[in-house]
Amino acid sequence: MTAADTPLIGDFPSPAEARLDGARIGVVTFPGTLDDRDAARAVRLAGGTAVPLWHADQSLHGVDAVILPGGFSYGDYLRAGAIARFAPVMTTIVSEASAQQAESPLPVLGICNGFQILTEAHLLPGSMIKNDHLKFICKDQVLRVENTATPWTAQFTQDELIAVPMKNQDGQYVVSAAELEQIEAEGRVVFRYVGENPNGSRNHIAGVTNPRGNVVGLMPHPEHAVEAGYGPDDATGMRSGTDGLTIFTSVVGSLAGGK
Amino acid sequence: MSEFNIDTVENAATTPETELPWAELGLKEDEYHRIVEILGRRPTAAELAMYSVMWSEHCSYKSSKVHLRQFGEKVTDQMTKDLMVGIGENAGVTDLGDGWAVTFKIESHNHPSYVEPYQGAATGIGGIVRDIISMGARPVAVMDPLRFGDIDHPDTKRVLPGVVSGIGGYGNSLGLPNIGGEVVFDSVYQDNPLVNALAVGVMRHQDLRLANASGVGNKVVLFGARTGGDGIGGASVLASESFDDAKPSKRPAVQVGDPFAEKVLIECCLELFGKELVEGIQDLGAAGISCATSELASNGEGGMHVELTNVLLRDPTLTPGEILMSESQERMMAVVTPENVEAFEAVMGKWGVEYSWLGEVTDTGRLIIEWDGETIVDVDPRTVAHDGPVYERPYRRPAWQDELQADRFRSSGAGQNLPATAEELGEAVVELMTSPNMADVSWITDQYDRFVGGNTALSQPDDAGVIRVDEETGLGVALATDCNGRYAYLDPYAGAQLALAEAYRNVATSGAVPMAVSDCLNFGSPEDPEIMWQFAEAVRGLSDACMELGVPVTGGNVSLYNQTAGRAIHPTPVVGVMGRFDDVSRRTPSGYQRWADGQAIYLLGTTADELDGSEFARLRGHLGGTPPRVDLAAEKTLGEILINASRDGMIDAAHDLSEGGLAAALAEMSLRFGVGARVSVQELCERDGLDPFTALFSESQARAVVALPRSEELRFTDMTTARGFPALRIGVVDAESGGLEVTGDFPGGSFGIGLDELKQAWSSVIPSRFGALTEAEIATREQ
Repeated sequence: MTAADTPLIGDFPSPAEARLDGARIGVVTFPGTLDDRDAARAVRLAGGTAVPLWHADQSLHGVDAVILPGGFSYGDYLRAGAIARFAPVMTTIVSEASAQQAESPLPVLGICNGFQILTEAHLLPGSMIKNDHLKFICKDQVLRVENTATPWTAQFTQDELIAVPMKNQDGQYVVSAAELEQIEAEGRVVFRYVGENPNGSRNHIAGVTNPRGNVVGLMPHPEHAVEAGYGPDDATGMRSGTDGLTIFTSVVGSLAGGK
Repeated sequence: MSEFNIDTVENAATTPETELPWAELGLKEDEYHRIVEILGRRPTAAELAMYSVMWSEHCSYKSSKVHLRQFGEKVTDQMTKDLMVGIGENAGVTDLGDGWAVTFKIESHNHPSYVEPYQGAATGIGGIVRDIISMGARPVAVMDPLRFGDIDHPDTKRVLPGVVSGIGGYGNSLGLPNIGGEVVFDSVYQDNPLVNALAVGVMRHQDLRLANASGVGNKVVLFGARTGGDGIGGASVLASESFDDAKPSKRPAVQVGDPFAEKVLIECCLELFGKELVEGIQDLGAAGISCATSELASNGEGGMHVELTNVLLRDPTLTPGEILMSESQERMMAVVTPENVEAFEAVMGKWGVEYSWLGEVTDTGRLIIEWDGETIVDVDPRTVAHDGPVYERPYRRPAWQDELQADRFRSSGAGQNLPATAEELGEAVVELMTSPNMADVSWITDQYDRFVGGNTALSQPDDAGVIRVDEETGLGVALATDCNGRYAYLDPYAGAQLALAEAYRNVATSGAVPMAVSDCLNFGSPEDPEIMWQFAEAVRGLSDACMELGVPVTGGNVSLYNQTAGRAIHPTPVVGVMGRFDDVSRRTPSGYQRWADGQAIYLLGTTADELDGSEFARLRGHLGGTPPRVDLAAEKTLGEILINASRDGMIDAAHDLSEGGLAAALAEMSLRFGVGARVSVQELCERDGLDPFTALFSESQARAVVALPRSEELRFTDMTTARGFPALRIGVVDAESGGLEVTGDFPGGSFGIGLDELKQAWSSVIPSRFGALTEAEIATREQ
């Protein structure tokens, strides 16, 4: 897709015009969302079809999975994600993601602000507060993948180390002692920071999942590590890191029925 | 509805004796008389407000105009062939090929950032981004050239963290990667920090929009944030005079930014452009509605009728004059045909953006503004927007300039007992790299998002920021901003040329073909003839050099009155150069990567004994003499070599030589990816007749260091030989050593610097002043 026919954010084609081959993955745009184009690109590079979803539209247009991308939804002046959780689109996402009876509830990935929204919506435990150093930080970050049972991480190997960019101001993951013990015991920590804790997160937690494993939130940005030349530095060279792509190929593969 | 007396045009005509506060609004007596002459009566309070802001230095360029003309005059057909929009619009537009166009511009927000660092810097980003949107472009990146006072001065600790978090807080929220800039510390900027901001945007050719109100009967709409009392007189008052302790606080004159409102405004405007719903558009920056109405009207059919009570207000007590002058942020004005009104309103509704219809375009040649049906402004908009005063300010070369230039580093006390042994030279390299101006700036740049958008191909600390424009072809742009104020102080003509040369060189070093220039001319008070001389010389130098390098100035900004208590900053003409890449995947990084072990390192260009104004001289507390020689023909050839080498895949790393000379370039190339090198300066000293110290620390221009695989050496040197450009193999990349080893004909024979220790020292300079909370502080905050 050339940039010329890239739809403006929010000015998306109707689902009928979207490609119907491959997994159809919704990317939600709230006012103030910033990384929606990046998430859509990552879906495309993984072989899926990105379907733009609009915050004010309750319909998920029949998508197979949903990504809540990063940004500052509604400005995040109150508390990150606190207003976005009340958006009409979230009502449907919460309902489909937490459907107890469903055989396979809707896979949802929240990245950065999306993670914050998922905790505000109580799909994931815990909350995010300001980084302990009180600054915005943008850096290449190494993570350990500790749970490969989710549709978003199925193609990683257990304890695989991956490098993806992180960039946030409110990225310090906090959770009550009891809940922390529970998510650790249940193996629901999906990603953990390796090396120095970049923001003071409890137990170095970078990403968690819900008990069913369909909802995953993480602070760093896998959608910025999907294309050689524009990702983080890695052993093969400058900006060559594409470790993040596996998150998107994982979900596309999971939806296709395989691993 | 008005609770105050409205000064109508009718009232003004019958009360000529009424005293008006023109002096308080910054107008000179002769300027006020000129307004009376234009109108044939005294101005109303609202008209006075409009003229005062639009005729301020900041908006009218009254002191600089006569000089700036040279940027438009010294051009060739070759220079303008890709120029779609030149100087005078919100920002210049350059054809990038394949139906793409690029627009970029630098502006200053110096004075507000000193008064209120966070909001001053934040709204600086906001303002320049709106300039880019109003051309019809999607903004794709920002950069920030910053200059602060002494790194250890207590006030720098107030200004720098605020500025950095303001830039980050606003820019990060817009989804614009910050791809580079500059950080300079010098006590001359102590009470006048320079906070410049560059934004770049891209568009398809057909999306180009201009600020004019055409089509009689078309509707005029104001949309975005509501109008408040913030920033009243911000541009005219703040940026048009020096700071003085005796005056009241200027804090309320600084605008307050809302990046969320701006982000929504960007998307909303792009949707308007995509649906072709606006005929003309103008952002509201300095001088707010005064500027937008008078510029739109005078660039179009020449008339506009506005009802000012329709403006949505944050503060209902504002007077008409205040509404006209307010510099509230995140506002745009557009002209819409009657048939598009409904569709326009639908887009506003979708994005939740407030708007109000203010009036319509007329063919009367008059800008009429009414307040509740009563006429409070009736002017020819050209007299407000374009026919402001023009000053031929007197200028003269300072008497002290000769003496300054005669004070050469070599013959000064500071220039004696220079490092000569291996140990001394090694220590000098470390001292250089741990000086505030050479230190790692990642403590600052790590507070900016450089990934958002997924198109950043290079960013700080490489020589230029590089952004992909077309995901299919890899078509993209490179941008660099530079200025060495010390050079410009020693010789403003040469200094401005050297700023251009360095930015040009940086863009070429990354592999892009330089295409266009934007400048931000930061100077002291134009009322001082010696400052005015610096300004005139810098503009003359820059325009001459643009002509010689074949790159046009497409726009920019002038910031004067950067002086406090009679002490002016160094003349600081910051120059931004934009270059074009056919394919950004060809970009050249500024350091050796690990896989480049064993690659040959070449120095391109000639080194002379040029230490006046250098970083090394600064370390020794000396500033005198003349800056390095300008050789634009050599810059051009060097640029061609670097661009061809990138395009043909010959080189894997390239770094230009500037502040700190060869020593700094070699250290930075190794620090970039933590990969060492072994270098000899012996042949260089023999070829150019230098001692080892001069070879390492001279700041001769038109030089770069490149690294290339041995298999490419012959092809590369054939190219440099064919162009008659000096290229000397000075060393090899050594990925195993973990250090930079330099050998030469000096006592001791060689010195080595461990990269780990160097990195530790180099990267802790800035955090040790501004950064890292102590463990105790963190503990307190967690309780």
